[in-house]
Amino acid sequence: MPEPLTTREVEHVAKLARLRLSEEQVERYRTQLSDVLAHIAKLGELDVAGVEPMAHCIEFVNRLGNDEPAPAMPLEALLRNAPAVEGSYLAVPKVLDDGGGA
Amino acid sequence: MSAIAPLLRDVTALRAAIAERRVGVLEVVDHCIDVIGRRDGELRALREVYPERARRRADAIDAALAGRRDDPSAAGLLAGVPVVVKDNIVTDYGTTTCGSRMLDGYASPYSATVIERLEEAGAIVLGKANCDEFAMGSSTESCAFGATRNPWDLSRVPGGSSGGSAVAIAAGYAALALGSETGGSVRQPAALCGVVGIKPSYGRVSRYGLVAFGSSLDQVGPFAHSVGGAAMLLQVIAGRDERDSTSADLGVPDYLQALDDRVESLVVGVPVQYRSDANDPRVAQAIEQAVEVYRGLGAEIVEIDLPLTDYGISTYYVIAPAEASSNLARFDGIRYGHRAVPEPGEVLEDLYARSRAEGFGPEVQRRIMLGTYMLSAGYYEAYYRRALQVRRLIAQEYARAFERCHVLLGPTAPTPAFPLGGKADPLSMYLCDVYTVNTNIAGACAISIPCGLADEGGRRLPIGLHLQARPFDESVLLRAARMFERATDWSELVVAPSA
Repeated sequence: MPEPLTTREVEHVAKLARLRLSEEQVERYRTQLSDVLAHIAKLGELDVAGVEPMAHCIEFVNRLGNDEPAPAMPLEALLRNAPAVEGSYLAVPKVLDDGGGA
Repeated sequence: MSAIAPLLRDVTALRAAIAERRVGVLEVVDHCIDVIGRRDGELRALREVYPERARRRADAIDAALAGRRDDPSAAGLLAGVPVVVKDNIVTDYGTTTCGSRMLDGYASPYSATVIERLEEAGAIVLGKANCDEFAMGSSTESCAFGATRNPWDLSRVPGGSSGGSAVAIAAGYAALALGSETGGSVRQPAALCGVVGIKPSYGRVSRYGLVAFGSSLDQVGPFAHSVGGAAMLLQVIAGRDERDSTSADLGVPDYLQALDDRVESLVVGVPVQYRSDANDPRVAQAIEQAVEVYRGLGAEIVEIDLPLTDYGISTYYVIAPAEASSNLARFDGIRYGHRAVPEPGEVLEDLYARSRAEGFGPEVQRRIMLGTYMLSAGYYEAYYRRALQVRRLIAQEYARAFERCHVLLGPTAPTPAFPLGGKADPLSMYLCDVYTVNTNIAGACAISIPCGLADEGGRRLPIGLHLQARPFDESVLLRAARMFERATDWSELVVAPSA
């Protein structure tokens, strides 16, 4: 049985997952995810030595598309769902602090 | 009682009635819109309905059929057949939300391949069906826009994640519906609502335009009231698509042609693990009766050992969240989807984290966290790599089983429909899919068909029979299912109460 997750581990995972969580959410997920991980630990019972991992249930080979030019999707269709635009660009907050950029 | 209601349960009869102009397509559509208007306030199976568009298409098909009395099939295999689609399959009209605030109001610039194929065949899309958020759940309760109810008992769940699609068929909103599966999301709601649901083999149906959850597990699947209806819908959507490189480059057999042929010396495998003590006794009894039906039809019944059955949920809850955490990384509030109101001085990374925390509900957040954890440095080998190794063992176990039998038989779900809020603990919800996840892990195909009704305090709740077959053996699967359907009265008896 694995050790339950710590609060720090959950906070770290939330950061990696780009989720801003409240303390209360962190605690709830800590308990729930620990329960699920305890169940998943069952996989440790099986001997998998020498078994090739199977990423896909049907072992496809890469399939290349035809290299033929085709019309792109119109810009207005792509921007229609954007939360903020400026002209024909997506608008976002500054990526860098003042003075840090080129 | 409208004459159209029974036609929606028998797509072959509906097609004949439309082709012979005994019933107009507009009349069919009007009937469906009327039923939806009367029932959906309490059932909440649909998030969005397209009455005007549906009526326009009905008019066009009526006009086309009037000009083609000599050849009604020219209007398409599904000409005039009303269909509902799960809210994670994009259409270039209306909105597609995946049951999430993250995509509230999202208007796709394109339609999924399955939608194009449906509409080319003459089907009429009536609306979008509710689902668990991003198809993550087994009850349709995690939908951000409200839980869907089971028409057999409004205090119970319809199953999920494609609960709205199953309810649309059970409650007579439409003749056919599309759902999607990652680990049982078509079959389990089909079982709990008393309808037919198919999980096609991985690669059988294009995923282009299906919002990705677990890309190595996801498939679109049909719902209908009968095996024949579901087979007809599968016929239309199956086949290679240049826009989905994982759609198989294999011909599509004529599923309808052979539906009523006998399967010569059918061998039905019954895994000992499917006769678990954890099954509801009424479910267990219905399944034993189904075994006797097959025996009575001359099938050979063999016992099968599938010791990895109990490892399916663990394997699934590594692979599916890992893939989900990658797939859902695209929702950052920049190009589309929910964006938090920017705060002064906030940098981009904070905006991502607040937009995702606001846009995703708890179940989606849990699975993203789980997947992120298991793919993070130091844990990858212990979780993800090991799960992929067990996946191979499960696929090998299935392959060995299918050397001995044509189909595997068991219950679709261990219990009939459970009460709303009855599985508040995430792990108990995950265990609903104990009999279905391994099909997706192994890439096999499967079907759930009605096989009984359980008495529950004066109400009746449907029970689903689960049949699985080897990858791309849908023809045998459908024929075996049809044999059972024809030999029993269940597809006639299992009609949800109409109010």
